[in-house]
Amino acid sequence: MKTKASELNEQSTWQEVTTGAEIYEPATSLLVNTGEWRTMRPVFLKDKCKQCMLCVPFCPDSSIPVKDGKREDFDLMHCKGCGICAKVCPFDAIDFVEEVK
Amino acid sequence: MAIRDRLSGNEAVAIAMRQIEPDVMGAFPITPSTEIPEYFSSFIADGLADTEFIAVESEHSAMSTCMGASAAGARAVTATSSAGLAYMWELLYVVASARLPVTMAVVNRALTGPININNDHSDSMGARDSGWLQIYAETNQEVYDNFIQAIPIAEAARLPIMVCQDGFITSHGVSNIDLIEDEKVKGFVGEYRPENYLLKHENPLAVGPYGTSPYYMEFKRQQAQSMKDAMPIIMDVAERFERMTGRKYGFFEEYMMDDAEVALVCIGSSAGTGKEAVDRLRAEGKKVGLIKLRVFRPFPRIPLAEAMCKVKAVAIMDKAESFSNSGGPLFNEARSSLYDLKDKPYAINYIYGLGGRDIRVEDFYDIYQDLFVIIEHDDPGDVYRYIGVRDSRFR
Ligand code: SF4
Ligand code: SF4
Repeated sequence: MKTKASELNEQSTWQEVTTGAEIYEPATSLLVNTGEWRTMRPVFLKDKCKQCMLCVPFCPDSSIPVKDGKREDFDLMHCKGCGICAKVCPFDAIDFVEEVK
Repeated sequence: MAIRDRLSGNEAVAIAMRQIEPDVMGAFPITPSTEIPEYFSSFIADGLADTEFIAVESEHSAMSTCMGASAAGARAVTATSSAGLAYMWELLYVVASARLPVTMAVVNRALTGPININNDHSDSMGARDSGWLQIYAETNQEVYDNFIQAIPIAEAARLPIMVCQDGFITSHGVSNIDLIEDEKVKGFVGEYRPENYLLKHENPLAVGPYGTSPYYMEFKRQQAQSMKDAMPIIMDVAERFERMTGRKYGFFEEYMMDDAEVALVCIGSSAGTGKEAVDRLRAEGKKVGLIKLRVFRPFPRIPLAEAMCKVKAVAIMDKAESFSNSGGPLFNEARSSLYDLKDKPYAINYIYGLGGRDIRVEDFYDIYQDLFVIIEHDDPGDVYRYIGVRDSRFR
C-alpha cells in the first residue's frame, strides 16, 4: 500500500492511511492551512515597497513569496501573524491589522 | 551438518548476530546483557562481521540509533536489560508506531526498587503495550533459534521485536547448543530490502510526522492490525526454520497436555524446572501438563485458550508483578482469553521468581497439588497467589 499524503483527508479509513504514518512526497506542509489561528494579519502596501528584501528572510514561516527577484503578496495560508515583517520593514510598506473573519 | 558447541545464552546471541551480520548495532552496556555487545563488537573488531557498531552514551541513544538506522534502510539490532529497557521507553513507542523492524535482545532482569540485577520479567512485561513483538526462550538453544527467526518475522511484519531470555539463568549459564552454518543463517534471514527508506534518493520520505487527532486513531488501529497480521508470519517463519533445522517452534509448547487434568502455563527458563516436576508427577501416575508460552506479543489468545481448556484447572505463572491487585500480566490475558469458552478451567495466578528468587521442582509440586485440591473441592479460593515468598501466616 502506498498512498500519497495529498490523497489523504479526514474521511480516510485506517486501511487507507500510509503504513506507519510515512509520508512519501516532499513539501506536504504546503497543503495544510496553518494560518487559520492567526489573530493579526500583515497587509502588503505594494506602492510603498522598495523591494529591499529585508522582510523575506525575517519571516519565520516562509510566508513571503518571491518571484523573479521581487516579493509578492503574503501567503496567508501559512502566515502566523507574528508581525516580524511589519517591524523590520524600513519603509512602512507593511501594515499590521487585526484579523477579522 | 549442525555445529555442536557449548555456549552461554549471551554468547549464542552474539554468534547469531555475527552470522546475521546486521548493518548497525547501537548499544550501551547493562547487566546481564552487557556481554552481547561485548562479544559482538569483538567479532566486528576481528573482521568477522561487517556491522557498524555505534557505542552510545545511554540506552535512549541506543534505541534512537537503531530507529535512525532502520528508517534509513539498515538492518539494526541492539541488546539491553532492566533499567536500560526502561530508559528506552519513549523510543520503543516511536519505533513501533513508525513500523521499524528493529531487533532487540532483551536479557530479562528485575526493574529497580530495591535495586536488583537478577532475573524476572518486569522489564519486558512493562513494555508489553509498546507495540513490540515479544518472544521468550526456555533454553540457550531457543534463545539462539529465536534470535535468528526474529529477523524475518520483524521484517515481514514491519514491527520491532524483543527476543527475551532469562538473565543469568540462560544468559550466563553454559549449555550444549547446535549452531547453524553461517551461510545457512545468511540465506535464512536474507537481505533486508524495505520498500521505502530515507536513503532511497528517488523516493523522498518523511518518517514520524505529527499525527493530528483526525488521523492518530487510524494509525493506531492500523498498528493493532499489524500485531494480528504477525500471527501467521510467526508460524511461517517457524515452519521455514523447522525445515532448515528440524527444530519445531510455535506460539507455545505443550508438554504432556493430551490427557492432563491440571496444567501450568509459564514463560521462559522456569519451564525446564516445571517439566521435571511434570515427569516426576507423571511417574507417580498424576495427570499433569505444562504449557510454555513462547510468543507473548501478539498474544495467541485463541490457540492458548484451546490448549488450556483441555484441563480442569490451570496455574498461570507470572514472573512479574503488575500491582493491579488482580494478578500479573500473563494471568490477566490468559484468563481473559478463557472467558468466551463454555467449559473453562479454573485459572489461578502464581507470582513467582521476582528478583532472581529460585523456583524449585518442589514449588511446582505444590502448585500441582493446589490444582488437584481445587478441582476436588470445586472451589478456586483466592486466585491471586504468590509462591516462594516468606509469609508469617505460614510459618
Ligand atoms: S506576520 Fe510573521 S509569519 Fe506573517 S508574513 Fe509577517 S513575518 Fe511572516
Ligand atoms: S521589507 Fe518592506 S520594503 Fe523591503 S521588501 Fe519587505 S515590504 Fe518591501
